[in-house]
Amino acid sequence: MPISALTGSRLRERRVALGLRQADLAFSVGISASYLNLIEHNRRRIAEPLLLRLAEALDQPVQNFQEGIAGTVLDDLRAASARLPGAEVDRSEDFAGRFPGWAATVIGLHQRVAGLERALEAMNDRMSHDPHLSASLHEVLSAVASVRSTAAILADTEDIEPEWQGRFLGNLQQDSKRLAVGAEALVRYLDNAGHAEEQVLASPQEELEAWLLAQDWRPSDASGLALAAARQMAAAWLAQAARDLAVYPAAEFAGALDALGLDPVALAARFGGEVLAAFRRLALHPGMQAGLVVCDASGTLIFRKPIAGFALPRFGAACPLWPLFAALSRPMTPIEMVIETAGPQAARFRVRAFCQPYFPQGFRGPELREAAMLILPEVGRGGDALLVGSTCRICQREACPARREPSILSA
Amino acid sequence: MRQVLLIEDEANIAEALRFILSRDGWEVSVVADGALALAEVARLRPDLVILDSMLPGMSGLEILTALRADPLHQALPILMLTAKGQLRDREAAERAGVSAFMSKPFDNSEIRALVRELLGA
Repeated sequence: MPISALTGSRLRERRVALGLRQADLAFSVGISASYLNLIEHNRRRIAEPLLLRLAEALDQPVQNFQEGIAGTVLDDLRAASARLPGAEVDRSEDFAGRFPGWAATVIGLHQRVAGLERALEAMNDRMSHDPHLSASLHEVLSAVASVRSTAAILADTEDIEPEWQGRFLGNLQQDSKRLAVGAEALVRYLDNAGHAEEQVLASPQEELEAWLLAQDWRPSDASGLALAAARQMAAAWLAQAARDLAVYPAAEFAGALDALGLDPVALAARFGGEVLAAFRRLALHPGMQAGLVVCDASGTLIFRKPIAGFALPRFGAACPLWPLFAALSRPMTPIEMVIETAGPQAARFRVRAFCQPYFPQGFRGPELREAAMLILPEVGRGGDALLVGSTCRICQREACPARREPSILSA
Repeated sequence: MRQVLLIEDEANIAEALRFILSRDGWEVSVVADGALALAEVARLRPDLVILDSMLPGMSGLEILTALRADPLHQALPILMLTAKGQLRDREAAERAGVSAFMSKPFDNSEIRALVRELLGA
């Protein structure tokens, strides 16, 4: 076994631990104190016979002084030192041997920095090439350019004609609305982009949903998914879809839709199937313009099929005013409501929600619940509507009684 | 009167620019569709073109490239309006022969001064 660059340090540590003076140990093995001092500071290579004598004098197996630091640790330290030149790279082994905890910290920090750099690159790449971001930024900058120029005209032009003044004031109002919409879109986007590191390592559920969306919610097999857990979830999803289709066959289901309308409870009664399965069949029916969210008893969204105009939160909890959560507390009770979303582009939707309890372990097992909410476009703006948001973080209804945290869109 | 052709699809920006440049004594025409821009340049023979980079129909860069490919318009001053941060767009426009840039949002007095400079006034 080769003599490690740390042999001297270990000899010194052992001698100090035994309370021996350098001069006494040197004398016992037949060398000078100054030579031992050089050895202990790793400035002299030590010959094998001398090491054997020292090990014997220090009452330790010689191997204890010979083992080096693992190559990967030294490689990682060298990589870390390359970030900021100045470290004593030639003494890496000495450092790792004497301060293994600090070496692990340095390596951990280096790896964390490398991870953040990868995330930054991913974000940068996304921000440079993402057409959605480019369009959102253009929208915001155009509105800002117009507001700035128009406001300067109004402020600087003393003899402006009333007609022009009125037009410019109208333009200002118009652009301020555009700004609000553009800012909301940007915030929603950046809210996701800020988690680029997680996006690189998307959760299985996110990967599953992206896969379903890419295949227009009619996937054939679970190939092409990166994460093993996502493939497993996709296989379960496909099996469930096949079961749903067996209970609600396509042709008969289409006929029943014509007769009964978009009523999952009525459809379930007609086919003798589960109500939540009818929700899924409805939302996934070819050509159906419907969103669907499903949550478990904790309120966590476990399935999201979006619909235009109704933002579904990717991170954090959804708006507690969603009828989905009202259904969760009232199992087996159909809930139907018209809701109106927050923001300058408020839209109305008719939602139908239902909660089903399950007892997979029978009488002695826990009760599990699953609630679903079908989101359908609502034509017309007559009548009352429940005002809801997406999630508090980007909701503009400041006075909402259900608010959990301030919105980052607040003035 | 010197003629300025403003190729800009944002109606409120176009209105504000038309207002401030008209008060400086320039005759300002506006075209909002990139696809119509080249025909308007040929028809009006403007002394200066102010060109937005993102346009429907035909992009600002495509219009710039087409204009510079025509010997009639190789010396035509062209001021391009770009969103801040669109560095690659700027570099491409420079290679295509743009005369000057102005970032959005812009300062009214700065764009007026740049227009005067490009028109040699």
